[in-house]
Formats: sequence, structure tokens, C-alpha cells
Amino acid sequence: MNHQTNRTLDPILEVQKLKKYFPVTGPFGRLGGIKGQVKAVNDVTLKLYEGETYGLVGESGSGKSTTGRTILRLTEPTGGKVLFQDKDIFQASKKEVRRLRKDIQMVFQDPYSSLNPRKRIGKILEEPLIIHTNVSKNERRERVFDILEKVGLGMEHYYRFPHEFSGGQRQRIGLARALVVNPKIVICDEPVSALDVSIQSQVINLLQKLQDDLHLTYLFITHDISVVRHISDRIGVMYLGNIVEEGRNEDIFAKPLHPYTQALFSAVPRTNRGGKRERIVLKGEIPSPLNPPSGCMFHTRCPFALEKCRIEVPQRKEMKQDHYVACHLYE
Amino acid sequence: MAAVKEVDRVRTIKASLKKQERQLFFRRFFANKLMVMGCFIFIVLGLIALIGPMLVSYDPYEMKVAERLNAPSGEHWLGTDEFGRDLLTRIVYGAQVSMGIGLIVTLISSILGLVIGLYASYYAALDHILMRICDGLMAIPGILLAIALMAALGPSPLNVIIALSIVFTPNIARIVRSSALVIREQTFIEAMHAQGASATRIIWQHIAPNTISPLIVQATFVFAEAIISEAALSFLGAGIAAPDPSWGNILQAGKLVIFKAWWMVVFPGLAIVLSVLGLNLLGDGLRDFIDPHSSGKKSK
Repeated sequence: MNHQTNRTLDPILEVQKLKKYFPVTGPFGRLGGIKGQVKAVNDVTLKLYEGETYGLVGESGSGKSTTGRTILRLTEPTGGKVLFQDKDIFQASKKEVRRLRKDIQMVFQDPYSSLNPRKRIGKILEEPLIIHTNVSKNERRERVFDILEKVGLGMEHYYRFPHEFSGGQRQRIGLARALVVNPKIVICDEPVSALDVSIQSQVINLLQKLQDDLHLTYLFITHDISVVRHISDRIGVMYLGNIVEEGRNEDIFAKPLHPYTQALFSAVPRTNRGGKRERIVLKGEIPSPLNPPSGCMFHTRCPFALEKCRIEVPQRKEMKQDHYVACHLYE
Repeated sequence: MAAVKEVDRVRTIKASLKKQERQLFFRRFFANKLMVMGCFIFIVLGLIALIGPMLVSYDPYEMKVAERLNAPSGEHWLGTDEFGRDLLTRIVYGAQVSMGIGLIVTLISSILGLVIGLYASYYAALDHILMRICDGLMAIPGILLAIALMAALGPSPLNVIIALSIVFTPNIARIVRSSALVIREQTFIEAMHAQGASATRIIWQHIAPNTISPLIVQATFVFAEAIISEAALSFLGAGIAAPDPSWGNILQAGKLVIFKAWWMVVFPGLAIVLSVLGLNLLGDGLRDFIDPHSSGKKSK
């Protein structure tokens, strides 16, 4: 919402050429040798500015969740850099990484399996405080009451078990767990896609309210274009482990440049029936990341593919201020 | 002041919740008749082992040659053995030995199995080493392994405990490991990693509590098996040595006089059957009680 002012600032988090390849092994595990690599994330570069929401969209298998998890080093990266507070997270020791996790928190997709079924809500929410701070028991409880209220729950929920809550409430608890240690950045990995539409909007409004109150920066990962349009300041579109287009919310929706972005956006159902709409239907399936296409990843399905697209990897170009695209059509 | 009131309110909420949970617990517990029966048998046998020796009036070691192999009567309720000792007294003292060994073996193998299973599930390298050792131990039939160990260690109650613990630990470790592997992949464990929790915290605070229920169920079966195995060892002369009473060696003594004194085999046999039956009923019931998804009908 305030990216104009942030343009002069340094980014709070900078991801440079992030790569994550998963080895594919035979029936004998690593003993049989590595048969190939799934290139889940291939060269992702993005910057997060303080107080903004960066929406990462793409279809399933495009590597958006892996990007989020790798930034937090929940899986070990194959290459690249993530700079946070002038430090490369990928170079940090295990101990430093654990400390860093106080500042970068994560909200998970599945509200049912992301809470320990054997722990009461109070215990779940106090745990991050036990790990990262050494405040007294009473103060911990105070802060938990505080955060419960902030996410729209009450202290009567303190002694309840996760199974006594609905999906939306559980997601609020997951959010409270991420926020109780006052992080700077929250990586939201599809936080609403497991919820009902009516609950989705509640949780999204809550996310926005908390962002304003607590000055949070979100990396918002989703496949839902309408959600990303509603919540994001800037958007990155991912395809097969690459960011193919990136820009401000208004710019990218007003004039999507990359053919994939155009196709993706044209698939969003619209409410005005009169308006003319062109539906771009892509041929085929998303190619296997085990054996990605040469040149531009998208050339196998692109309606405008040129000869060049098959050979040469397109570079990221700035078409307009803050609007980047990686496509040979814009030379 | 307001804060104090709030804390009070939270406390009352907690108390009422606890009460509700307790009521629900008892209702579900008593709904399963077989488990209640198993539990009852087990408690009665446990009480006999604990306070029985104070209630019987004979000495388990005192021999009276004149009263050898008397049939059950008002004086000797279960008859006497080949040395004229009161059989009821022998069986009651034997209960102490058999149940005691069963309990200690269960505790030791549960704790060891829990630790081995948890760490094996968490560290892949450790998994290979520990599980191959467990596989090796499990490849040998339990009773055979126990006899071999007893032959190596020599017969004594302590060695029975050591041998049976070695036999039953791999079982428990397997069960714990397999459920820990499932828990490990759940999102809340990843969430704890994302929180920056240490491995120890994740293993003991988050994985362990979720493996306890299958562990408890398995432990009751191990208890039953330990009682049978101890009886078998003593029967074969590799366990508790004679004059000390144990259900197994009373049975062995009875085998020699089986046509003259049926009570010498029937009553210790009954004691073994009852304790094992009680524990199996309890274990089966607990499995259904702890896991609400399994239907109550499929018990064996």
C-alpha cells in the first residue's frame, strides 16, 4: 500500500537467484546414484520492502511453496542468496538460523495438521516465547491473551484443544503462533486456500488489519488470483520455478505482459456478464520439472512462441518502472 | 484488579473444562465392557500380588512331608504340592514374582523402546543402525532368544528381567518408530522447525506425546507376553529356580504328578491364563478407547 515511499528504502529481504533442486534416486536410494533432478525452483530473484505484501502466484507445481520454505531454510537450498539484515541466511549457522526464525515466521496452508493435537492452545502459543525469549510465565500468558485478542479469539480459548476449533479459528491460531514473537516478515503459504470462501475473506481482512497494526511484511503465496489481487502491493507470477513477470498490482492487472500471465488472468471468473472477455486456453499440461523445456520454459505452451524461444533463455527486463518481464516478445 | 479477575475467570473455565473432560472419559471407559472386565482382572491380580502374602497363613517354603499332595480342602483351599506346601500360598507368592517381573520388563522395554524409536525416526543415520539391530533381534523367536540369553547369563530373577527386556524392546521400538515417522511428516512439526525449536524439544515435546497411545497399548501386550515368557522360562528350568515360587516352576513340578494331583497344574495354569486374558482384554479395549476411529467390533 505504501510502496511509493518504500522505493527509496533498502529491501527488508532480498532473494537472489534462489535455486532448489530435488535429487531423484532409484529404488536403492542414494546408493543407486542420482537419476536426475527436479528443478522445483530455478533462479528466483525478488525483493521484499518493509510493510508491503508481495503476492507470489502460479499454478500447482510452479515452485511457489518451495520458494517460501527454502527462504526459511526448512529445506536446504541448492544455490542462491537470501539477504536479511545484511546477512545471507543461506550462509548462517544452524544456531543463527534458529534465531532468525524469530523475525521471519510462517503461516501454513493446512489448519488441521499445523497444530499439535495433544497441546492446549495456550501451550501452543506460549512455545515460541519459550524458545525465543526468557520472559516469565505470567508475562508469557499476558502476551498470549494479547495475541489471542488481536486475532479475534478470546482467552476462554486458552485451555482448549485444537480439535475443538473450526478451520477458520485454527488458521487464526496458526497466525497467532506466528505473530506472538513479533516477527518482521510473515511468509503465508496459501493461508486461506483450505478455508470456506466466507471464512477466507474474514482471514484476509484479519491479515490486512494485523499488517497495519503490527507493521508486518508479507510474502503471500497463493494460486488464487482474486485473493492475490485483493491483498498484494506487488505480484510475482511463477511458472515452472521461474518468476516470469513481476510488477505492481495495478500495472500487472491493467496490462499483463507475459503470455502466461495473460492466460492465467483470463482464467479468472468475472462477475460482470456484459463485459467482453477473451479466454486464452493453453494447450497441454505444465511440463515436468524433471525435464524442463529448453530456452523459455513456457515455449511449449505459448501461443506466440518464436524460434528464438526454444533456444535462448529470456532475461528479465524492466518494461516500466517496477514492472519486469522475462519474455522474448518484448525486445 | 481487573487482571486478577480475568485470571480467576480463566481458572474457573479451566476447572469446568477439566470436569467435562473427566466425565466424558469415564463414560467412554465404562462403555467398553470387555475392557472394564480386563481391567478388573488385572487389578485383582495386582492386589493379590501386592497384599496377598499378608493374607495367607502358611509359609511358602515350609515343607510338611505328611501333607504331600493333599487334594483341595477346607484347610488347604487349593491343595498342597509334592513337599506338602500350601499351593494357594505358593501361587500368591508366585504372583508377586510373575507380575513383578512382567511389570519391570514392561517398564524397561517401554522406556528403552520409546527412546530408540524416537531417535531412530528423527535421525536417518541412526535409524539404519538401530533398526538393523532390532531386525536382528526380532529375527530370532522370542522365547528361543530368551532361553539363549538365560543360558549365557545364568538363572536368576535379575537375569530373567534383562533377557526379557532385550527380547521385547525391539517390538516397542518398532511401534514407536512407525508412529513417530507419521507424526514427523505433519505440518505442525514443520511449524515447530519454522519456529526455531531445537531437535530435543521437537522430539520430546511434540513427537513423543503423539506416540504414547500406541505405546501404551503395545505395553499391555508386552506385559502379557512377559508373564507367559517368564512362566515358560521357569517351566523349562531357565528362569526362577526352585524353592522360590513362580507360576512356571509350580507348573513344572505339577507336570510330574499330573495324574495324581490335577490341582498342581490347573491352578497355576489358571493364574497364567487369567492374567494374560485380563491384560489382552485391557490392551484390546485400550486400543479402541484411545483411537476413536477404529470400530469396537474388530477385536480378535
